[in-house]
Amino acid sequence: MSVAETIEIPERTRWQRISGVSTLWIGVVLVLLYAGFSIWKPNAFPTRFTLQTLLIETSVLLVLSIGMTFVIITSGIDLSVGMVLIFAGVVGSKTMEWLSPGGDASHAGWGIIAIGLVVSIAGGGLWGLINGVLVARAKIPPLIVTLGSFGAALGAAQLITGGVDTRTVPDNLRNSLGFGTLLGGVPDLVVVALVVTLFGAWLLHTTRFGRYTYAIGSNAEAARRSGIGVTRHLILVYLMTGLLAGLAGFMNLAYFGTTTIAGHGTDNLDAIAGVVIGGTSLFGGAGTVVGTVIGVFIPSVLRKGFVIAGVPVFWQPIAVSIVLVAAVWFDQARRKARDRK
Amino acid sequence: MPSAVLEAEGLTKRYGGVEALRGANFQVFAGEVVALIGDNGAGKSTLVKCLSGAEQPDGGRILLDGQVVRMTSPIEARRLGVETVYQDLAVAPDLDPAANLFLGRELFRHGIAGRLGMLDRKAMKSQAAEHFARLGVVLPRADVPIGTLSGGQRQTVAVARSVMWASKVVFMDEPTAALGVVQRERVLDVIRRVRDQGIAVVLISHNMPEVLSVADRIEVLRLGKRVARLASDATLEQLVGAMTGALNTEDDAA
Repeated sequence: MSVAETIEIPERTRWQRISGVSTLWIGVVLVLLYAGFSIWKPNAFPTRFTLQTLLIETSVLLVLSIGMTFVIITSGIDLSVGMVLIFAGVVGSKTMEWLSPGGDASHAGWGIIAIGLVVSIAGGGLWGLINGVLVARAKIPPLIVTLGSFGAALGAAQLITGGVDTRTVPDNLRNSLGFGTLLGGVPDLVVVALVVTLFGAWLLHTTRFGRYTYAIGSNAEAARRSGIGVTRHLILVYLMTGLLAGLAGFMNLAYFGTTTIAGHGTDNLDAIAGVVIGGTSLFGGAGTVVGTVIGVFIPSVLRKGFVIAGVPVFWQPIAVSIVLVAAVWFDQARRKARDRK
Repeated sequence: MPSAVLEAEGLTKRYGGVEALRGANFQVFAGEVVALIGDNGAGKSTLVKCLSGAEQPDGGRILLDGQVVRMTSPIEARRLGVETVYQDLAVAPDLDPAANLFLGRELFRHGIAGRLGMLDRKAMKSQAAEHFARLGVVLPRADVPIGTLSGGQRQTVAVARSVMWASKVVFMDEPTAALGVVQRERVLDVIRRVRDQGIAVVLISHNMPEVLSVADRIEVLRLGKRVARLASDATLEQLVGAMTGALNTEDDAA
């Protein structure tokens, strides 16, 4: 036994550390899916247009999922993200309408748009703060807290709008963030999602904040005993998720030109599925941003591929669910093999 | 005679109707391992909690290096140089050994990267390797989650962490209770090395052979008071006798 303990084993490279073994496998799955659909429908699938719409359609969900990654790594959960998104879009657009002459924000200038952005993000942050304080201070289980804010945020949005979607969104906003492109064809929405993703990766994998996120999810008691402010950290994590949902709400507003109050009902589960497929464990302590990105794109590619291939729409949720359950099963098997008592 | 690093004088502590400590005394000197033993309900846990800041005594004094101190929390105690290694939940299983060693006291990079909160992983890894080597902590791999290592290896890292920050006193509350025989020896070896560094070690244990093997002195607690102080050449009969009340070598005024 002592012989085995002194064998030199090469250290893993930084890339290996960041991505981890499970990420490699889902990366392969994503590539295979893309290749598979490309072979199946070579004229329709592997096109620039398909790729662009795929990226655009996934951008908002990706922004939500970055926040969700942090939350799940702390072994928490946030079911409220879709409704906070709607709430943020509502308060942002209502503010812009209120600041515009005649309540018509269609011709609003950049100043009003900027205010709308700030209000959206703040609106999201408000719910994030409520979630965080209830989870971290009142010690109510995150599932229950965010289930509550899921309903309350939607209710608040409906109260504010009377249940009617906003009709006027600034054209400037729609033409820039909504439909605009940068650097010869990269949609603005995708750029925003990319910036958020890179920030999330930097925060999670290089900073002390990221390490504390892992530590708290791995063993909150050990973290507390080490002097880490667990309560404060958890509040910040939920706050960040709320702020990102606020940004996502504004992005959604720009893209659709309306508040889409009736939609986003399953954004929370889509985000959770993306994060979990990406290799983040629901039990906390493990996960990567790279994994989340791949995990969010797998259901997206599946859906897009099915639509292009003409597969009946009802197969999509079944296929996505199979991938999700398989991913969690694989993660559990890996954990069991890895952990020792 | 050198003065004790940590000393308790006449500590009393009451939980509702139960008197956990009734004028308990305790001493530990630098560079020794003192075993604190006693039957269940003797007050060991309470005494250790009071001495490590997790609880405040109702009466009596605590002296650190001869000065009276009031440790209002374990974090406060840590600042004064008193650390505790717990039996369970001591490490974060998903983090690697170096990350666990520096948990709560991470090293930042220099310059603006550091001010933004970026960690200096390389420095932490190399310092961890040095520290482990000095204490005889042997790990097969240093870059894997610590949960994949054995219980004994995990506990040695927990012990190493407690001494990393120039502590004066380290409390070890049944550190080997969950471990097998070979792993236990490994942890005890690390404890001996910790003692050799000049740190005062207080070991709480129910395992009499382990106590006799690693302790330099033994203090016995019974019904909230110290009833005996024994040397490392004590016999099992003496230990058990003191714990059960058959042997009492302290007078009430001590």
